[in-house]
Amino acid sequence: MIEVKYFARFREELGSDREQIEAAKVDTVATLLTQLRARGGVWLRLFGEEQRVMIAVNQEVADHATLLKDGDEVALFPPVTGG
Amino acid sequence: MIHVRVQDQPLDPHREVDLLRADNPGIGAVVSFIGLMRDLNDGDRVQKLYLEHYPGMTERALQKIAEEAVQRWELMGCRVVHRVGEMCPTDPIVVVAVAGQHRKEAFLGCEFVIDYLKTQAPFWKKETTEQGERWVDARVSDDEAEQRWRKTRDSD
Repeated sequence: MIEVKYFARFREELGSDREQIEAAKVDTVATLLTQLRARGGVWLRLFGEEQRVMIAVNQEVADHATLLKDGDEVALFPPVTGG
Repeated sequence: MIHVRVQDQPLDPHREVDLLRADNPGIGAVVSFIGLMRDLNDGDRVQKLYLEHYPGMTERALQKIAEEAVQRWELMGCRVVHRVGEMCPTDPIVVVAVAGQHRKEAFLGCEFVIDYLKTQAPFWKKETTEQGERWVDARVSDDEAEQRWRKTRDSD
């Protein structure tokens, strides 16, 4: 399984801070995002192609091409605003 | 030499600077940046601020930024402490303190760390105004500030 975490505005709008997704169905961040978008509604709105989404895999900044494997932790979040 | 920390308790910037330079007589310059909570943002009065973060990744990201600054300017120390949770106007949000032999590398290192922190470290601000709560949007000017360091790195 792959653990997907959502933060800040994404967490609030999705009404969820994490979920488990079957690893066999996603091999890259891009396919994970495609699968989430296919749910439509708020998923499509937040993770649409034109949206700014920051991605981390195993707590390191990643991108659409990053490979995923069983046990990985993926985080999806809006552009950061600390400091 | 490098110390990064996230805490929900109030920050004491002077204590961080003292700890940074304690027991090292080789340090000739300390530059510190203190980010403060303002009571005004985008024209609205802000009463409260809530800071969310990504435990684990936050500390890793701050450590990585501090390590890069220390290596690039041969710094003698770097402390980054960021507050999370709820805070009020005038509260310190972040302290970046950098020590070097001389002022130039300390100024550059400090600015580099805060510029990178603003675009790379997973923190998110939510503010409360008279109209209610809202997530703060990222600023294009922060991306530009970070990009500047990438350009100078290429020409180093």
